[in-house]
Amino acid sequence: MRGLTPFQTLGPFFDFGLIIPNGDTVAQPESSGRHVVIEGTLRDGNGELLADALVEVWQANAAGKYRHPADRQDRPLDPAFDGFGRVATNDRGEFTFKTVVPGRVPGAGGRLQAPHLAVGVLARGVLTRLVTRLYFEDEPSNAEDEILSLVPAERRPTLIAKRIQPDRYRFDIILQGKGETVFFDV
Amino acid sequence: MTVRRPPAGTHPPNDSPGYRSTAFRHPNEPLVIIPQTLSEITGPAYPYGRIEATDNDLTVQHAGEPLGERIIVQGRVLDEDGRPTPNTLVEIWQANAAGRYMHRVDSHPAPLDPNFSGAGRTLTDNEGRYRFVTIKPGAYPWLNHDNAWRPAHIHFSLFGTSFLSRLITQMYFPGDPLMPYDPILNSIPDERARHRLVANFDLGVTKPEWALGYTFDIVLRGSNATPMEK
Repeated sequence: MRGLTPFQTLGPFFDFGLIIPNGDTVAQPESSGRHVVIEGTLRDGNGELLADALVEVWQANAAGKYRHPADRQDRPLDPAFDGFGRVATNDRGEFTFKTVVPGRVPGAGGRLQAPHLAVGVLARGVLTRLVTRLYFEDEPSNAEDEILSLVPAERRPTLIAKRIQPDRYRFDIILQGKGETVFFDV
Repeated sequence: MTVRRPPAGTHPPNDSPGYRSTAFRHPNEPLVIIPQTLSEITGPAYPYGRIEATDNDLTVQHAGEPLGERIIVQGRVLDEDGRPTPNTLVEIWQANAAGRYMHRVDSHPAPLDPNFSGAGRTLTDNEGRYRFVTIKPGAYPWLNHDNAWRPAHIHFSLFGTSFLSRLITQMYFPGDPLMPYDPILNSIPDERARHRLVANFDLGVTKPEWALGYTFDIVLRGSNATPMEK
């Protein structure tokens, strides 16, 4: 067995190395599915906004299929959809993704999960990537999601993006303290 | 298939008081342990439409040659079982030879180099190999504690084969006297794991009368061959 390479922080000076053109555009205009904008902010334990963070998302397409060889489901890939997004927060600690609501994908036991995005948070002062998930308000399947059910009920709202307009969701991430976002060991 | 969990002590705890910026940026609540699903064992291949020929040579991205010590950094991307990770994106970024980043927020009074941006990317080949030509970055001061200096380092970003193999790290240089004082490197609890972030000087990679060579192999989380433990 080879020893795993450890994590280190991004540091404050990463954006010239890691910014992707249109990194906020997870879904193209021609991608299938319900198009939505996800907006949010990132805050620390003092309520300060993080202007030096990177948020990455990974998701299935609207049919619930990942563009990846480990997804062997008989479901269609969308030629206009890869599923990855990466944005740096701006000076006001804000990030935005343009995407489609993913389809339901099977969980560890084969039962379908509620629609969700896998989310990674990287920043100065974050030594090892923080992993969370984004679910969508108004999705009835949230009630039967096996991952959400592992989270204490009072903390589940931190994982659920609020529908602020018909096609716009709000997902604020709090790294520490009151309203702290649930992060996963996975 | 599941992805192996990292051994304790490999990754730095986010609550690392020696690195002051962690104070208000680490979760207070324990992480919630969850099983791995299709969402975690899949992941992005690489998020670029194309990689330019000069993207892995940071010394030829401008009209002139950058100042400083030219170096070659190469290595392999593997999983914990030693299987190579082909066609995976490796991104790097770094300070110039004077210890200054091409970044609007870096206020260190050291010169910028108009011929050096300090960012590169490449894909690993079929054997998981990558190679960069660059300039040895300088040390630079930071405000973490009195007389604090970062050892020379190159930032690395890798994807691997799943959402869980994602890695952001830093490569250090052998013999750098600043390493024992650096709270970021020393946030890694396991000394052997810490040592894995130090590249090896390699005379075989060194090109005569041109550049010193370093090797830096990167090991990403691999999959369990056995069924997942309950």
